Formats: sequence, C-alpha cells, structure tokens
Amino acid sequence: MAVTGNTSLRFSEEQAMLLDVARDFCRDRSPIATVREQLESETGFDPALWQEMAGLGWSGIALPEACGGAGLGVAGVVPVVESMGRALLGTPLISSTLAGQLLLRAAGPEQRESFLAEIAAGVPATVALLENGDWGDEGLACTVDGDGVLRGTKQFVTDAGVAQIFIVTVEFGGAPALAIVRAEALGQGAIRPNMLIDRTRRAATVEFDGAVVAEGSVVTGERVPAALRDLRLLGALLAAAEATGSAAACLDTIVEYLKTRKQFGRLIGSYQALKHPAVDILAGVDAARSFVYHAATLVGAGPLHRDAEIACRMAKAQATESLAYAGDRAVQFHGGMGFTWECDAQLYIRRAQWSQQYFGDAQHHRKRLASLLFD
Amino acid sequence: MTATEQELKEFRAEVSAWMQANKPADPGFLLPQTFMEVGDERQLEFLREWQHRVWSAGYLGMAWPREYGGGGVAPAFQRVVDQEMRRHGVPICFNVIGLGWAGPLINDIGTAEEKARYLRGILSGEDIWCQGFSEPDHGSDLGSAQTRAVRDGDEYVIDGQKIWTTMGNFAKYMILLARTSTDAARKYDGLSFFLAPMAVPGIETRPIRKLTGEYGFTETFFTAARIPANCLMGEEGQGWQIAMRTLQYERGAEAGAAGGLAMVRVTIDDMISQLRDLRRDGAPVLEDPVIRDQLVRLVMEEKAIALGERRSHIAPLTTDYPGSLPLSHKLRATEAARRMRQFAINLQGAEGALYVGDGAARQGGFWQRAYLNSFSATIGGGTSQIQANIVAEHVLGLPK
Repeated sequence: MAVTGNTSLRFSEEQAMLLDVARDFCRDRSPIATVREQLESETGFDPALWQEMAGLGWSGIALPEACGGAGLGVAGVVPVVESMGRALLGTPLISSTLAGQLLLRAAGPEQRESFLAEIAAGVPATVALLENGDWGDEGLACTVDGDGVLRGTKQFVTDAGVAQIFIVTVEFGGAPALAIVRAEALGQGAIRPNMLIDRTRRAATVEFDGAVVAEGSVVTGERVPAALRDLRLLGALLAAAEATGSAAACLDTIVEYLKTRKQFGRLIGSYQALKHPAVDILAGVDAARSFVYHAATLVGAGPLHRDAEIACRMAKAQATESLAYAGDRAVQFHGGMGFTWECDAQLYIRRAQWSQQYFGDAQHHRKRLASLLFD
Repeated sequence: MTATEQELKEFRAEVSAWMQANKPADPGFLLPQTFMEVGDERQLEFLREWQHRVWSAGYLGMAWPREYGGGGVAPAFQRVVDQEMRRHGVPICFNVIGLGWAGPLINDIGTAEEKARYLRGILSGEDIWCQGFSEPDHGSDLGSAQTRAVRDGDEYVIDGQKIWTTMGNFAKYMILLARTSTDAARKYDGLSFFLAPMAVPGIETRPIRKLTGEYGFTETFFTAARIPANCLMGEEGQGWQIAMRTLQYERGAEAGAAGGLAMVRVTIDDMISQLRDLRRDGAPVLEDPVIRDQLVRLVMEEKAIALGERRSHIAPLTTDYPGSLPLSHKLRATEAARRMRQFAINLQGAEGALYVGDGAARQGGFWQRAYLNSFSATIGGGTSQIQANIVAEHVLGLPK
C-alpha cells in the first residue's frame, strides 16, 4: 500500500457556510485589542460572547440532532475552531466539543442524552485526562469505586475554572471508565489554576479526591477504550485546526510588518533573507490546512479507522511545527519591537508553545505514524 | 468520440496484458527517467525501439488522425494506456517534444502538408524533435530571445544561440523561437515560430556534460543557417502566441498530446520498498527511530503536495492567499523530490558512496544519479530561489 495513501479532501456547503460566518464573527468580535483585554481575566474569555456562540449553535455543531446539536460531526467544528485560532479567541469550544465526543462515543443513548443536551446548549464541559505531563502515558491512577467516590488528581484540565461538567477518565474494576462529575461535587479549592505560557487559555490541576458522582454517572464497557483513543485523535485534529488558524494570522502579522517597516532605506520585505522564510511559513500554513481538512473529511461518527488516524496525526504534526516556526520567526523579524510585550508576535509565539504540546507534539505523532506506515 | 465504461474496462485488460508481455527486460545499463537524460546512442536506440513497439501496437497517438499514423479513437483510451504504462513500470516514450509539443501543435494549427510530413515520424520515433526556446542570457525570460531569423527570398537565415536543447544532437527537427523584428516596441510580436530542420549547414550542436557525467542537452549554434521559408508556422510575429500554445498540451491526451509515459515518477514508496533491506547498527534500517522520524517527514512532504493539489480545487479553502498552491507547486514538489533522493543515498551507509559504473552500487547507482539529476528540476524553469521570490511577491505581496 502506498504510504501517501488516502488523499481524499471534501468540503461541504455547511462547512463552507460555517467557515464564512465564523471567520467574520471572530474577526469582528475578537480583534487583538479584545484578545489582550482577556489575557489577565479569570476565565480568559467573555462569557457573553460564549453565550452568543452557543446561540449560533456552535457548541452543538458536532452533536446529533437528537441531543439538540446540528449533526455535522467534528468536521463541522473544524472551520469554526480554525477561525477562532485565527483570532486567538479562547473559549471553551474545544474543551466542550471533546467532552461531548467522548461521551457520545463511549456511553449509551440514555446515559449520555441529558449531558449532551446541556453541552449542545452551551454549558461548558471538559475532559480531565492527563495525570502527568506525558501525553504518551495512558495509565490511570485515578479511580472511582462502587459507591461513586473518586480518588486522584488530574492535570492540565482545560477550562476547568468554567466547566460545569467534567468527564474524568478513571479506572473502574480494572478497566478504563469515565466518571461524569458535576462542578458542584468538587471540594473547596479543588481547582488550582496553572499559569500558562499562552495567556489566552486557561487550565488547572483538579483534585477529584472524595468527589462523588450521581448514580448512573460512571460510563463503563467495551466502547470506552476505543472512545478514549478517538478522543486523543480528535483532540489532535482540533488542536491542529486551531494552530493552523493561528499560524495564518501570524503570517499576516509578519507580512504586514515586512511591507511597511523600512531599514537602510528599503522596505525590509524586499530582503530575501526575510522574504524566503516568509514563503516557507506560507508553505507550512498551506500544508497544515490541507492536512486538517483532509482529516476532517475522514473523521466520521463511528470509531476512527486507520486512514483517519494517519490524517489526524499528520495534521497535528504539521500544524504544530508550522505555527512554532511562524511564531519564532515573527518575533525575530520584528527586531527590537519583537522583544516587547506590546508587539503581537509574543501572542503567537506563546500560543505556539501551548499548541505544540496539546494532544501530543510532532515527535509524539510522527513516532506513531512510523508504526502505522512502515511496520 | 466517446468511450463507454465497459469498453475502457475491456481495453484496460488488453493493454495490461500487452504491457506484461512486452515490458522490456533489464538492458543491463541504467535507463533515463526523463527524456532529458538520454545521454548516449545505446540508450537512444533502446528507447527508440521501445517507442516504435508501443506505436506499432496501436498504443501511441491513439487520438490523433488515422491518416497520419494515429488511432482515431477517443483520448480516454490513450489515458488508459498511460496509466497502465505507469503501473507496469515500463520505459518512457522518449520523443517528448514531438509527442507533447510539436505534434499536438501541428495537429492543431498545421497545414495538411505539415501534418503529412511530420506526425508519423514523431509517433514512430524515427524523427526526433527538440525545442529551441531558451538562450544563454535569458534562462527564464523567453520573451527576450535574441536569435535572429531574417527572410531572404525563399529562405530564412538564422543567427544566434540556444541552450539546454534536450536531445539536440539526436534531433532531426527543432521547434524554434526566433526574432523576425528587432523593433524594441515589438518584444513579443517580434518573435516567430519555426519547424526547423537540424541537418543544414550552419547549425552545430555541442553536447553539454552534466554533473552526472552524462549527456542529455546541447548548446545549439546558428551561423547563417538557411532554412526553407515554409518552415515558418503561422505568420511572422505570432511566435510568442504559438509558443504559449504549446504549453497547454502538457495536460495529456485530452489536451491534444500523443500520450505515452514522459517520465518515470519516483515516489517515496519506491524508496522505502527498494531500500528497506538496508541495515544500520546491525538492525533493519526501518527500525532506527531517527530514520523513522525523518522518513515520516518525507512522506508528509509528498502527501501535503498531493493534498494541496486537491485543496486548490476547493474555492472556499483557497481564499487566504489566492494562487498560493499553484504558484508554490513547482518549488515544493521539486525541492521535496530532491530531498527524498538525497535521503535515499544517506540511508545506504557506505554503499551511498558508490556511483553508476560500480558493479556493487545499489540498483546500478540509480539513487545517486537520480539525486544529481533532481537539480534539473530545482533549477530548470526558474530556480527555486526565483520561485520563492515569485511566491513572495505575487502571493504575499512583498516588495521587489
């Protein structure tokens, strides 16, 4: 089989409409000045804006119509997330979408329905997955017992401060399971916010010790392991979509400066030492976008197949490195200005460091791609 | 003329069986991957014989008129042949300037007499064609061509020089772009297009030795060379227009080309399958984690280009920097090919140092030669650096 394999890429009218609307919305509602206002806020986003997004139906794009969603799957969220990445707009959309997907894929209809309806309506949710900084560690020290009592701590829980529903990955009776924990079940001081390098986002260490879940809130069974695997791939895809948007915006910022800044009597964009790397950044953004929409084409409602896995991993590996390179060069090309807080380059280089690790860095994915392609 | 699915399916089976039965045995020397690599008589005769066999079987020029040696059927049949040729890994149909440039042009706008004189020989491989567009001082700027053509009675007198003439030393005819007016205001419409014979006094070719040690191109000198006036194609001053027209045939049989495999495409799959038995640190090379990481990068590079091609046809996904994907394609594809070939040498350990001519060289030194030849694509048609300038200026809008 050819290692370049499946190259299908389709883009539906619904996706095109969402891209169009989301791009305008994010540009108008999240200009850089607004992004900067949110850097020091508690939530990292404007709750009224999130309500507006929920009102547009974005929190339910990927969820089935039976739960109040749009039934467009993760492929429908991708253009919205890309647009948010472009505007550096941090909201719980990725966290909530992933929590919804995990429940949708792991739990039966009666168990998941009411939670999914809440998520679709805009109640923020998140997945509590990591127990340490190693994205390759799938071990579970967190447990839930027969009485619904949790033990353990989760780290890097995104949007933990605003989430009303936590989908906690736990061990139950020797197998992976999900505990659906309401925010009110957490103890005082259970959420310890991180100071992140990317100030447009929020994450925290969450102490689940002693939290009790309601009856029927532990998801077990054979669908759980596959759902967890898919969660990591869908997370990689959404992280890639967001990073692609941010890399494109970073390129715009670079190009704008190169077209206006003069040194030694010339516009600096006329120097090939800056021109050619700018073209390389464009190539990185182009490749990332192609992989992202290729992956969006292949991720359906069922368990992700091999081609979809390859596509998600390639999207993440590409987008991560494209943004890291763009952010790095953005600072350098702005010269002395680039070293200041005031210059927007800092926003992108910081975003790049977040995106790089989120759902596994490029090496993490290339290592797994090698097994998929060569073994 | 159209073909039904069923007809094409049956035809494919027939062609496949023919290729299987007629695919030439390994000649014992390296064959060219492209028509720009025909370096000696031995290769030339081998390829000429192969093309003749393909044509005799009815598998070349299938959509060209029967009276001129073609097959007179729908282009879809030729497409099937081209696909099957690629699939079976047979040698190239080497007379590319004839099959893909001069032939379709003559078919398109030539006179009945021109068709009768030229088309059959192009298909059979008997008459080799070359192209005289590039000049030493105007690598990419065709419009500035300085070679002169002056009308003198029933003849044109040609003076000047062309370079990078592929198979110039083997060719019987040249499609020649020359200046019939030196009026500065008439840069483009001062050019004319000729179907010029090569075997006339005053035309001299000098083979260019490539970095591979082989030949494939010539410099071509014109010193008061006289060609018949009826070699002029169209009218005087239409040269630029006609030269641009030849470029559109690149899209294959549907666009008018005779068809046939123009180059042996080398993919990363070829590299992996041909080199996976190599060893490193006493273990299979594909178990080395660093090599694996590098290989995945190369696979992704190739795949990103293929996906970019797909995405370029989806309008809503190309609005950011319009033209980016098509304008960057040459730069990305040729650079990726070069890197991949370089890596293939790197994978070979000490064997990577062997070259064509060493009996122990892997696949006869195929990858080493392919790497050196890959620069013809990163340099020819505008170097990668010029391509990057074009993308920077036309796509990103950066200043000159």
